[in-house]
Parts: sequence; C-alpha cells; structure tokens
Amino acid sequence: MTVTVLLFASYAEKLGFSTTTMDVPSGSTVGRLLEAVKGMPGASSLPPAPLVAVNENYARPETILANGDEVAIIPPVAGG
Amino acid sequence: MIRASIVTSPIFPDKLAAEVADAGNGATAVFVGTVRRTNEGREVSGIEYSAYRSMAEREMTAILSEAAGSFDISGAVIEHRVGELAVGEISIAVVVAAQHRRPAIDAMSRIVEETKKRAPVWKLEHYVDGTREWVGASGEVPA
Repeated sequence: MTVTVLLFASYAEKLGFSTTTMDVPSGSTVGRLLEAVKGMPGASSLPPAPLVAVNENYARPETILANGDEVAIIPPVAGG
Repeated sequence: MIRASIVTSPIFPDKLAAEVADAGNGATAVFVGTVRRTNEGREVSGIEYSAYRSMAEREMTAILSEAAGSFDISGAVIEHRVGELAVGEISIAVVVAAQHRRPAIDAMSRIVEETKKRAPVWKLEHYVDGTREWVGASGEVPA
C-alpha cells in the first residue's frame, strides 16, 4: 500500500524534501514507517521517537496505517 | 462562534474582537503575541513561521471547542500568521468573549497554552549576526 509522508521545518531541511509517497507492507504501523524513513539519507539525526500525525491527528507508534494515509512527521512545535 | 485560521497577511486584533462582539458579552479578552527583539540573549532580526496548515487549523479549532466546553464563553477566534515576520509584528492573536471576565480570562490562558503545545507551527529564528536556528529543536542549526 502507499502512504504520503510529510516533513516540516527542521526535518524537511535534514532530509531535503517536504512530501513523498512510500510503499509499505499492508498493515504497517507508524513505527514501521518511521524505521523506513530513518533509513533515508539525512535522517540519522531524527530523534528516536518523533511526533507523528496520521490524517491530521496525533498518532502513536503502534497506530496501523491504511492505504492512502497522510503521515506527517512533526518536529517540536513552537507556535505563538 | 469559534474560528481558527492560519493567515499569511498582517493580523488586526480589533477585527477579531469585532467578530465575537455581542451585546450579551460583558468581557472580551485579547491576547497578542509579537516577535521579540531578543531570545535567550541573542539579538533577533526576524522569525520565519511555517505550519502544517490544515492540521494546525484543525488542532486550534479543537482547542477552541474544548475551551468552549470547559468555560462559559460565547465566542473565540485565533489567527496565527506564517511567513517572514519582523521584530514587533504580530504572530498570533486570540480573542475570547464571555458574559463575565473570569471565564474569558481563564479560557484565554488555556487556549494560548494549548496552542503553543499542540498546534503544528514552527519558528526559524534569524539573528542579527546572520545565523538562524529552529526554535525548540534543541539547538539544531540548519545547514
């Protein structure tokens, strides 16, 4: 199945892109997707457990993904 | 009424206050956040704000709904600006209207704290010495 991965701010700078699509095995969790992302060039300095949102809601590493999900990897927020 | 928006143009708090205005209100709290000249001892020249726009609006709307459920308020609006802001410019404004001052002030405090914690918004601070740094990213210096 295919999911869209969004990166922002410092994470987008590290990996050099802000959006991509990734093929992952059916039934993959957020944690498994993160492992795949961490294998990409520039990703070695991502924290061990970054915040993730699935379809605009904060999600946990064990959250199971579905085909077409939008998965955002969220750097420490600093609004205001 | 509640509304939360990410905007790219200057914020006018008076306009936000007008949105929640009602003769039934006895109190309107207004919070205005601005770009500060110094941060942790460094002289700031400006801040570049970015956001996961759709989620930020959804999260801020949820924060306003939660506040409306917890406090006796009649309306609340948040605008958070993104893009390049100069020192002194308004980055966020929140207005909360209520019949009485206490719920307006208490709801405002909750809304501002939750927004800072939950809204996916980021700051890239630019310093007068030409360097830049992502705020909150534990000293990560961009390439």
